[in-house]
Amino acid sequence: MSDTTDGLVLAADGRPLKQSLRRALLRQKIRALMLIAPLLLFVVVTFIVPILSMLFRSVENDIVPVTLPGVVTELAEWDSSTGEPPSEEVFRNLYIDLFKASEAKQHTRLGTRLNYEQTGLSSLFRTTGRSLDDIGEEWQDPLEDIDANFKDGAFWFEMMSGSDGDTFLEQRRDLLAEMIGESMAGDVGFVPSEQVAKMLPWTSRAYADFAIWTAIADNDVVAEEDPWEAVYGALGMDLTSPDTISAIGSYSGPGAEALQAAVANLDHLPQDGFREAFAAENGDWVSPDVWATIKLYSPSVTPGYFLNAIDMELTPDGIEQKPENEQIYTQLFIRTLIMALIITASCIVLGYPVAWLLANLPMRTSSILMILVLLPFWTSLLVRTSAWKVLLQQQGVINEILVWLGFVNDADRLILMNNATGTVIAMTHILLPFMVLPLYSVMKTVPPSYLRAAKSLGATNWTAFWRVYFPQSVPGIGAGSILVFILAIGYYITPEIVGGTSGVFISNRIAYHISSSLNWGLAAALGTILLIVVLGLYWCYDRIVGIDNVKLGG
Amino acid sequence: MADGASNDAFVEFERVQKSYDGETLVVKDLNLSMPKGEFLTMLGPSGSGKTTCLMMLAGFETATHGDIRLGGISINNIPPHKRGIGMVFQNYALFPHMTIAENLAFPLEVRKLGKAEREEKVKRALDMVEMGDFGGRRPAQLSGGQQQRVALARALVFEPELVLMDEPLGALDKQLREKMQFEITYLAHQLGITTVYVTHDQTEALTMSDRVAVFDDGRIQQLAPPDQLYESPENSFVAQFIGENNTLEGVVKEIKGDTCVIELDDGEVIDAVPVNVTKVGERTRVSIRPERVEYNRERLHEDAHTLKAEVLEFIYMGDIFRTRLRVAGNSDFIIKTRNAPDQVRLKPGQQIEIGWLAEDCRALDA
Repeated sequence: MSDTTDGLVLAADGRPLKQSLRRALLRQKIRALMLIAPLLLFVVVTFIVPILSMLFRSVENDIVPVTLPGVVTELAEWDSSTGEPPSEEVFRNLYIDLFKASEAKQHTRLGTRLNYEQTGLSSLFRTTGRSLDDIGEEWQDPLEDIDANFKDGAFWFEMMSGSDGDTFLEQRRDLLAEMIGESMAGDVGFVPSEQVAKMLPWTSRAYADFAIWTAIADNDVVAEEDPWEAVYGALGMDLTSPDTISAIGSYSGPGAEALQAAVANLDHLPQDGFREAFAAENGDWVSPDVWATIKLYSPSVTPGYFLNAIDMELTPDGIEQKPENEQIYTQLFIRTLIMALIITASCIVLGYPVAWLLANLPMRTSSILMILVLLPFWTSLLVRTSAWKVLLQQQGVINEILVWLGFVNDADRLILMNNATGTVIAMTHILLPFMVLPLYSVMKTVPPSYLRAAKSLGATNWTAFWRVYFPQSVPGIGAGSILVFILAIGYYITPEIVGGTSGVFISNRIAYHISSSLNWGLAAALGTILLIVVLGLYWCYDRIVGIDNVKLGG
Repeated sequence: MADGASNDAFVEFERVQKSYDGETLVVKDLNLSMPKGEFLTMLGPSGSGKTTCLMMLAGFETATHGDIRLGGISINNIPPHKRGIGMVFQNYALFPHMTIAENLAFPLEVRKLGKAEREEKVKRALDMVEMGDFGGRRPAQLSGGQQQRVALARALVFEPELVLMDEPLGALDKQLREKMQFEITYLAHQLGITTVYVTHDQTEALTMSDRVAVFDDGRIQQLAPPDQLYESPENSFVAQFIGENNTLEGVVKEIKGDTCVIELDDGEVIDAVPVNVTKVGERTRVSIRPERVEYNRERLHEDAHTLKAEVLEFIYMGDIFRTRLRVAGNSDFIIKTRNAPDQVRLKPGQQIEIGWLAEDCRALDA
């Protein structure tokens, strides 16, 4: 059937045999792929995507650059080692960014984020957010005194409107959209004047933000609304610039009179800058430490969460160990590993004889025993753990019996719960089936004739077991141990209920950060480290024992 | 059957009974005695109790009643590992996690032999079964026949006086089985080992053994050397079980000394040797081996009884011809003839007359 030309084996139709074979197998492959496609899709969507998202979240830090875009850009030039607070320029940006953020209720989120790195920042942002209006009013009041037109929203609209400012408006719209994570699309009903934008850069920014927010988020007509206090503050910033003052002198567009009146009465306006205004609100704003923290966390990707998760921190001088009294995670990781190992070992010790009985008893008896092993699976995890609470507490069943039997004094009852002992006892019980089942399925495949053969060759019961039976059950121990260990290392309900403070696992901290402290970045970093540790251990196991030595059955 | 208390007995079963459930006996009143160096086969259909006997001897089952003695000492209460009996298992039971050499060294190790001595013995045992180059391999890397040899070597390496084999060749193909049959017999005689061999394959039993114990229903039906077993079965079970056999049923008409006359159910009369028929009028089953039936008149005695037969089927098997006949209402009557140049090839439908020597025809129990 086949023919050979130039060392190539040919099929009956003259094509190379390899090509024919590939074509013949292709349809099979496609069919196989289509069969697994639904599961593959399911796994990708529900497993791989969440894990990737978790990995991403553990380094993501968009909130700082997105909420304070102007500050972050300006802060790049500030050197934290001088011990001086940053320049007036930074504070002006802070005012504009923060005002916008507080309108969008984003400043508290930012405060919370930065509070993870330096305590106190959350309240700093929250209280300052409340008094941003007051700061603006320091300029608003004198400006309205100078020219009553400044009270009028329509006057502002006319003054700021013009032509050619579309690009500028879109820039501001993008910044705002990024900050609140919505598109902010829609008709603003306002086109900034490019001429005014050049003359009054700060004011235009503040007014554009105001206009976009009013039109899109509040659904109001821009011309009918009084501008934000920030707009007055921004005008105050512009009026300190000599360029602006000279430009106003030659300006003749809408509102020219009012602006010129303002220039003529500069001495009625506050003489201090925004740095002083912020300092007056809260002295922390001029603390270099606060700014150092903001600067350290201004990139959109940060190692901060990971460093936190291993008890390190990012300081202006580099990465440093946290002070002793703040270190918890490394210790917790080590404790989790050790306790998971203890639980795995107890499961082997308790599960091995049971699995042996299961595999060697007659069918009828072993079925009953198997039901007993599986019984825990039919009960809710919470019920089982709570049952342990009843048993283990100091006034519980076990202590009562021990006291009654006289093994333990009434005064010093055993503390079996709310510590590591409680966690180990309850989790060993809960994870035992995961050890027994793989062990059983492997032991079931070891024919009894091996033990007989060993005995007929002169081995005592113990030697026969240890030299012949045990080595063949090792793959079952391996499979069971991996199952139990990996389940144990990520367990959290049981330690939460019976573990107290000294018996909790790293997963309890992860759960805490996800549901209580809402520090998802840290939770993600801890989770990622846990994942890496497990994969690392798995790798070690493969190197030492060999993964093909793991059998779940047959 | 068994000569219970002979002085040179090495292995002895005395009135041994075994029951698993307390209701039925798997082994009923077993008496057996084996001299040293004998190759004895326990042959029987499955469930006949032969494997149970072997397991009791090895110590994996305890006798419910009776005494098992090895070299004159009762071993009922000696655990299997102290009996010093080598054993070859049906599925070889080579330890999969050890190499061949480690498997062989295992019995020596548990006997605390020194390393050098161990290696020496392992090597000798492997050479003995021509597996000297395979010491470093694992059992899974060997073929069935090779595993079989290793299992044999392992059972012999610690030089036991008694070796038990539990259907050791069951998993091998025909050719290999025949080769191993020869090798096992050769080794057993060469080394002078006493061997108890369990099988349900009669050819194996006949070709290998000094004596064969045919088991059925928990009892030894006959214990005899192979030729005796084949040629003079003592009851119809043994006759049926060993080799191919034709049976005709009838009633004893007359007994005179070592011959008797049987009237078959269709009225024809034949001569036979009375084996376990004792009185006239008893129903009996007559057994004739297919190769002892003759249809060439010239080769029969003149006074031999003949029966009419109709040829139903003629099968050419190379070395022999196998012909199925209808005789006295039995349409499964087989005759075998050698493929000799002058042999007549029968055709279906042909009417012939068949006959045999009276001593080849045994009247057994009904």
